Order: sequence, then C-alpha cells, then structure tokens
Amino acid sequence: MIYERPRSLCDVPMHYCPGCTHGIAHKIIARVLDDLDICSKTVGIAPVGCAVFAYDYWECDMQEAAHGRAPAVATGIKRVLPENIVFTYQGDGDLAAIGTAETVHAAARGENITIIFINNAIYGMTGGQMAPTSLPGQVTQTSPYGRDPKVQGNPVRMCELLSTLDGPSYIARVALDSIPHIKEAEKAVKKAFQNQIDKKGFSLVEILSTCPTNWGMTPADAMKWVSENMVPYYPLGVYKDL
Amino acid sequence: MEKKVLMKGNEAIAEAAIRSGCRHFFGYPITPQTEISAYMAKRMPKIGGTFLQAESEVAAINMVYGAAGAGARVMTSSSSPGISLKAEGISYIAGADLPCVIVNMVRGGPGLGGIQPAQSDYFQAVKGGGHGDYHLLVLAPNSVPELSELTMKAFDLADNYRCPVMILGDGTLGQMMEPVVFDDDYKPDIPEKPWATVGTGGRRKHNVINTLYMTPEDLEYTVVEREKKYDLIKSNEVRYESIYADDAEYIVCSYGTTSRVVQTAVEGLRAEGIKIGTIRPITLWPFPYEALNKAADKARMFFSVEMSMGQMVEDVRLAVNGKAPVYFMGRTGGVIPTPSEVADGIKEIIGGERK
Repeated sequence: MIYERPRSLCDVPMHYCPGCTHGIAHKIIARVLDDLDICSKTVGIAPVGCAVFAYDYWECDMQEAAHGRAPAVATGIKRVLPENIVFTYQGDGDLAAIGTAETVHAAARGENITIIFINNAIYGMTGGQMAPTSLPGQVTQTSPYGRDPKVQGNPVRMCELLSTLDGPSYIARVALDSIPHIKEAEKAVKKAFQNQIDKKGFSLVEILSTCPTNWGMTPADAMKWVSENMVPYYPLGVYKDL
Repeated sequence: MEKKVLMKGNEAIAEAAIRSGCRHFFGYPITPQTEISAYMAKRMPKIGGTFLQAESEVAAINMVYGAAGAGARVMTSSSSPGISLKAEGISYIAGADLPCVIVNMVRGGPGLGGIQPAQSDYFQAVKGGGHGDYHLLVLAPNSVPELSELTMKAFDLADNYRCPVMILGDGTLGQMMEPVVFDDDYKPDIPEKPWATVGTGGRRKHNVINTLYMTPEDLEYTVVEREKKYDLIKSNEVRYESIYADDAEYIVCSYGTTSRVVQTAVEGLRAEGIKIGTIRPITLWPFPYEALNKAADKARMFFSVEMSMGQMVEDVRLAVNGKAPVYFMGRTGGVIPTPSEVADGIKEIIGGERK
C-alpha cells in the first residue's frame, strides 16, 4: 500500500470548498494522531468558523466550543484528564479576535495543550469579512476599499506575540502553499503533539491557509497568494522551542 | 461522624462542593463571593483537585464546559455582572446537556451596580439569561446550613438531569456566619457518564459534545427532548417551605435573605392576631406554582417581598392566576428591608382592603 486514508480521519465527505486547505490540515492532524498512536486518548475541540464541523472529521472524542473559547474549554478538559491529549483547531477570527484573551492566557499558563491555528486572513463561514489577520490593502466584504491600517487597524502576528510569553514551549508558523511546506507543516504539528505527550506545555502551530472562495481566486491562484502575500507578512519558522 | 462548624456562607458552599466530589473549580474574582475562590484555592491543591483563576468569567465558564464534558463534577461562582458574562457559556452548557453547578451571590444592579446584597437577578436566573430555549434549575437557600445542603443537592441534580444548576444567593448569605453540620461519612453518589469525552479508548465510536444543529428539525428535536427533561424536573423537584400557611388569609412569598426578614415580620403580625403565613420557594425554577395556586383557594391576598423592583412577583401572579390580589413590596440597590418595614407595609395594604 502506497497511500491510504489516515485511520484517525472519519470516512465521511467534508463540507469544505474546492481548493480550501482545511482538508490538508485535517489530514495532517489525523496522520500525526496515527503516527503517535494517540487517537484513542485524544479529545479535540472544534471552533466556530468554517471548521465548526471538525467534530465529524476526526475519530477521537470531540467537543464543540463557543466562538473563541476553545483554549478555555481545552484547559477545562486537560485539568480533568491530564494524561489525555487535548488539542484545539481554530481559525483566525476565533483565535486572534474574539478568543484573544483565552489564547494569550492559555499560552501564559503554559497549559499542556496543542493548538492548531488556521490563518487564512478572512472570515470564511460568514462569507468573507475582514479578519484580525487580513493583510493591509486586502479587500474583504467589510473592508471593501482594502484594509486601511489607519481605519481598520493592523493585522495581528500571533506567533510573534505569543513567543514573548514565558509560558509556551513551542510556537511555529508553517504554510500549506507547496509540497515541501506541507511536509514541514506535518513535522511541526507532530512536534506540537509530541511536546504534549512529553508534558512540555503549550504548543501552537500557525498554518497559513487559503480561502479561494472568499478571496475570489482559483485554488491555484490562492496558493500563489499565500506564497506571495501572506508569507512575506507572516514569516515562516520556529518562534519558540524550549 | 458529624461535625459542627461556624462558617461563612461562601465557605460553606465551597466545603459542601468538595464533599460532593467537586474537584474542579474555575473562578474569577468578584465581590461578594470571593471567599468561595479563596477557600477552593487553599483546599483543592491538598486534595488533588484543581482551582484555577481564569482570565475572565467568560473563560471560567468555558473551562467548566470543558471539564463537565470530560465527566468531572465542576463548579464556578460569581456575582451579578460576572454571571452576565457567563451567560454565553451557560447557554452552551444547557444546550450540550452538561452537568455543573453555578453560584450567583447576587449584588445590586444593573451595570456595576453595587456590592451589597440584592435579588435583582431573578429574571436572569429563572427566565433565561443566555440565549435559546433552556432552563437552569435554580435553588435559593436562606441560611448557611441550607447553602451547604443545597450545594450538595445541586451536584446530584446536575448529574441526574444532565443540566446546569444555579445556587442563587445574595451578598448577605455569602458573608454571614452560622453553624453548619457536615457528615464526615458522606460519600457522593456520582453516576457513570458514558457520554463524556475522555478518549474513546479504541472501544467505541467517538463521543461528541455539541450544541450545533444545521437542520431545523434536528435542533427542534433536541430542544423538544430537553423539554421532556424539564417536565420531569417540574414534576419531581419543586421545593418550598410553608409556615402558618394552612389557615392563612394572607400569604407572603419571599426567598433567600428576604425570607428571613419576612419570617420575623410574620411572627410579629401573627402575635397581633393577623392570620398570615409564608410560602418560601426553595426552587425558583421549577417554581412552586401549584402550591401557591392551591393556597389561593383559601387566602385572600398575596404579597411578594423581594430585594428588587419586583421580579418573582410575576411568577406569584401567574401562580395565583387571578384568584386573589398580589402585592409587591421591596427594596433594591443593595438595601435590605427591615422586618418592621415589611410588617407595616403589609398592615397598610390589609387595612386598605378592610376599609
């Protein structure tokens, strides 16, 4: 067998749009759960946003959190089940806008959880509004003339922000815009889970992702947009590794 | 073995929770309930439990959601403005059918209001607070021993019905000291929770704790099913205390701290020969509609005395259902009515009726 579906991925059709990278990110997590053989003791937390139905896509136990509250929900679960593996899967609106406080404080506590942060610079589920990570000049439904930092403020670089804290053990930013990057993303995600097994504390992997539908691009152009516009603003790399 | 100790109400709640098997507490400081957190912070590390001071009430209630979903007996406490912040999480907890105990040591409002005792969160506790079709089971103790007893009861109710239970107190109850008895032999009876997300162990399909249903018929189904649970609670769990109500021409309704003021007032009026009695709801939801309605077959007049501008009085009116007039009397903003104020008020209205 050269290729098979990861065991930790449910055998159901996903609802994501054509060309969206959520599917790749989901598969990466499932492969890591398989590789580390932890699916049966993992509890995942789905966000509010496009990945809200993520609870249907992994074979592990799942909780669906209120918008932005996944790190708090994860904290509650992990404090009850310290030997289990607890992870959240959150988008940019969820993690970096409405849930900023929960994110920053889970990180500051060094909560022994894993956060997978999908940054596609837009609110996908609600139809393409400006995200906290939308780039300057980016046209969205709620920044129709392009995001003007003087009016709509500046994007938030979460990895840089969180890596100033003493709590986190691992902070990395990866992208899904090319095969080599996807492979690196999987390595980072695996490390973020391994750290939790090793009780090293808070790990977060930011994954630069696409939203062809709301960006108004073909899937191929969306990949290119990540490489040409997002990566320069959100440099890839490991921001913290203790 | 039973042990009698002198305790603050807030501390009694915390101790009762621990004795009920609660090992996870998530809080955020706010007056007048901070002693609950302080007690938990001291005790939990000694018994292998978790006390965590969250970054906000919003985070605290969502930690409760996670912990309850992971099968733990879990509690949070706050006071009025903090409960408003928790309202989001409470709605989700109710929608996900998760058991937990939430304490509200009510202070005056709206807004920041004050820090003195009030009962102006009755509507929030009993009629909603968060969004959607749901109920909290609301318990209203009126003494330190009852705070302890009902906290223990709250954990059992929460687990048995898989629903959030609120202890609705007030600043006075939290701060006052009274003797309270704890039974050292008490062993909490915690049911199995096969629905909890604790890892599949490779033995079953994944459990999902969720409040989202994209198909209207599916959402309607879960809400209707939950309503059946609420109906069961309504038929099994109504609690109230009535004193001198059997031959009473006048019935005074009140709960919590106010009920103790009312009791003193009523004793005085009885001594003056007025046939007056009390019905004190102990469960505010489910409300003792039937008991009040039955009392209205005999009683000529009802009073609702509250530390608010009149909130429970609406339920008293619904219960009495036009059989007798219902009058409201109250102070608010953190002011506690005095027994003579209540007695004089009642006499004035009774006198007015007699003229």
